[in-house]
Amino acid sequence: MTAQSLSGGGLPPLLQLSNVSKSFGGIAALKDVDMTLQAGEIHGLVGENGAGKSTTMKIIAGVYHDYDGEMRIDGTKVHFRSAREALAAGIGMVHQELSTVPDLTVAENVFLGHQPLTKMGTVDWARINKEATRLIASLGLDIDPRTRMGSLPVGLQQLVELSRVLFSGARIIILDEPTSALSPPEVKRLFDVLRKIKADGRGIIFISHFLDDVLEISDTVTVFRNGKKVATEAAATLTKDAVISHMIGRGSIGMHMGESAELTGDDSKPVVLAAEAISDGRQLRDVSLKLRAGEITGVYGFMGCGQIELARALFGKTRIKHGRFLLNGAQKSFKSTAAARGEGIAFVPENRRMMLFRTEPVYKNISIAILDRIHRLLLKPKAERDIAGTRAKDLQIRPPNPNMMLGSLSGGNQQKVALAKWLTHLPKVLILSEPTRGMDVGAKEDVIRIVKDLRDRGVAILVLSTEPETILTLADRVSVLRKGMVAKEFNSGTIHKADLLAAA
Amino acid sequence: MSVTDIQQTGRLKSFLKDQLRNIAPVFTLLALVIFFSVASSSFFSVVNFMNILSQISITAIIAVGLTYVILTAEIDLSVAAIANAVGITIAFFTMQPDYVNIANLPLPGIIAIVLTLLTALAFGLITAFGVTWIGIPSFIMTLAIMQIANGVSALLVRGQIAYSYPDLITMLGSGSIFGIRWTIIVAILFLGIGHLVLTYTRFGRYIYMTGGNREAAEYSGVNVKFIIGSVMVISAVCSGIAGMLAVAYFGSAQQNQFDTYLLDAIAAVVVGGTSLFGGRGGIGNTIIGLLVLGVLNNGLDHIQIDSFLKILIRGLILLSALIINVYAQRLKESE
Repeated sequence: MTAQSLSGGGLPPLLQLSNVSKSFGGIAALKDVDMTLQAGEIHGLVGENGAGKSTTMKIIAGVYHDYDGEMRIDGTKVHFRSAREALAAGIGMVHQELSTVPDLTVAENVFLGHQPLTKMGTVDWARINKEATRLIASLGLDIDPRTRMGSLPVGLQQLVELSRVLFSGARIIILDEPTSALSPPEVKRLFDVLRKIKADGRGIIFISHFLDDVLEISDTVTVFRNGKKVATEAAATLTKDAVISHMIGRGSIGMHMGESAELTGDDSKPVVLAAEAISDGRQLRDVSLKLRAGEITGVYGFMGCGQIELARALFGKTRIKHGRFLLNGAQKSFKSTAAARGEGIAFVPENRRMMLFRTEPVYKNISIAILDRIHRLLLKPKAERDIAGTRAKDLQIRPPNPNMMLGSLSGGNQQKVALAKWLTHLPKVLILSEPTRGMDVGAKEDVIRIVKDLRDRGVAILVLSTEPETILTLADRVSVLRKGMVAKEFNSGTIHKADLLAAA
Repeated sequence: MSVTDIQQTGRLKSFLKDQLRNIAPVFTLLALVIFFSVASSSFFSVVNFMNILSQISITAIIAVGLTYVILTAEIDLSVAAIANAVGITIAFFTMQPDYVNIANLPLPGIIAIVLTLLTALAFGLITAFGVTWIGIPSFIMTLAIMQIANGVSALLVRGQIAYSYPDLITMLGSGSIFGIRWTIIVAILFLGIGHLVLTYTRFGRYIYMTGGNREAAEYSGVNVKFIIGSVMVISAVCSGIAGMLAVAYFGSAQQNQFDTYLLDAIAAVVVGGTSLFGGRGGIGNTIIGLLVLGVLNNGLDHIQIDSFLKILIRGLILLSALIINVYAQRLKESE
């Protein structure tokens, strides 16, 4: 492939979407999207969760094929029926979750699925290693192709995956959140590689929540909001603030529920659980946090920022390597979830399945966390049902029948059951990961009411979410987590969604 | 009217789906009893029924512990080997007749029994440590323990056969009271206590919940490692006690005399309908499973059939039970 002049020059664009729309069960996810990717261009794609970025990418990559509108590659109309067809047409994708095989060598990963064979029909190892070395060196990297993939840092693994995509002949390369797990020097190295690829005349779509990164590397930036493209501008003329206001809509700041919040952090309230400079050796780096009685602390950050790990470390599911926990001033180490529960810490994970028993009745789901309080040895099913019945009434679980199989309840009601198991004996600390994600409006409001009520009864609450609205609706103070570190803390005053997006 | 009908058929369907794992074994048992009663004149009698109970009593004691293990979605392949090793250990600690050429260590009966029980406990603790602390899958861990227990058996008897045990063991293993063999009474006792613990105690509930969704149990603050470690210990102790009684029941203690017990015990639990994926089933199921196996083994002796074919038939019965087991699980999950 020869290097081509940047943009235009009479050549048709590398990729062009015209009036692309897509709906799921009657609900529009994408409305009349136009987008153009030139050869030799890096095109940044930003927008909040659910704005339509992923749907657009899945259409380009052939995952969704029943959409309206038109897609052209090099001016030729295409309509992929499968991901395989898209791949054959030169579209390659590097996902946030890498799909490399840690136990194979770097070279084997590059050639995964299409190893060259010798005349004898055996795998041509000499050629694999030679080709891989050449390919990796062409990106300006120095990696021994015989290294085991798993022993490389994530940043290098990602570049190996990128080499694989390049090797497969991709001319349109989609990168999904490529910098979320990278340290600043790794980001710089990735950008060097991307500039080399772009100089080859390939086109890159760069999807990211990290606006600084997008603005630095992109030539053009497209912003999505609510399934529509709201802006396409040259990166050089854009500022971060301008991008954020495109993302959340001009003039709407402070107008809607969850767009802004008045923080009421009160330092006179006693600290119940303090995390001091905790690190888990992987995701979390020197995270400090103070949870106070009668306060909701919000932790905001993008997917992969370390929230999930933070919640698990606080509940004793995973062990920390450095730092310490103080519970009411006394140092504690939570060796197991049972130990954390014993100390009065409660946790509702982001995925309901993780803490519910679908094929058991509601009352067993609720009583599991308090069996030892109901009786030491023998079960008392009647007491369990009574307690579950009371909780069902308190939390308006519908239907309020403790003998129902959990799996037959709606999602919102299941989430309430997950909360209900911690509410019979008030915990000291309640950790909620994505407490309202995927819930309908009514159930969401119920959960918000319940959580605020618990705060007013003196529980120290930690809410972790990737949705700014959730944080702004609930939190009394906010910490923003960025790549495993606390990037910013907001304790009082008014904050807007834009402040959270800018800090993360 | 029609809506209620639909609801009721729906409810009946979902009840049947839910109960498939419990209903199928009962029907299998009834079918086998009817078949053998018709096919053989000697099968259907009180004496033969007591025979069957006696024949399954040792397996029953092993199966109690194994039910606990399988309910947590783990497996214990060492049960028969531990029974063998512990049975040999009790003989090792007992004075043997002159013609038995074993360098053993005779001890007073009660001390011998306590030491032997501690041996069984030790096997269980090692398994529990490997599975929970180190994180070795129970399938492989208990395979290793099986080999170790076989090694202990081999070293203690060195190819010899022992015949004497403490009086208490001899009585419980080979004696009767009011015409009922003690092994049957012990087995009923184990099944009964096993059932009560599973159904009415907090520990039992934790076992079901751990098997039903281990992650959810952990996120609910259940000490999952403790529960799994405990069931491995319970299984080893049940196997050990079964082994002690069995050597008296057999009348001799020697290497490899428990070969069929591993498959029988697993088969009893699974044929009974306890889910291999954990969280469903119980001692009630295991009792039905034991009876199915007992009736099958005993009944095949009562009809004219190639004795080598019996082995194949048992395998086929086990396979059909496995199919029903997995199918029932899928129905349950598809709800």
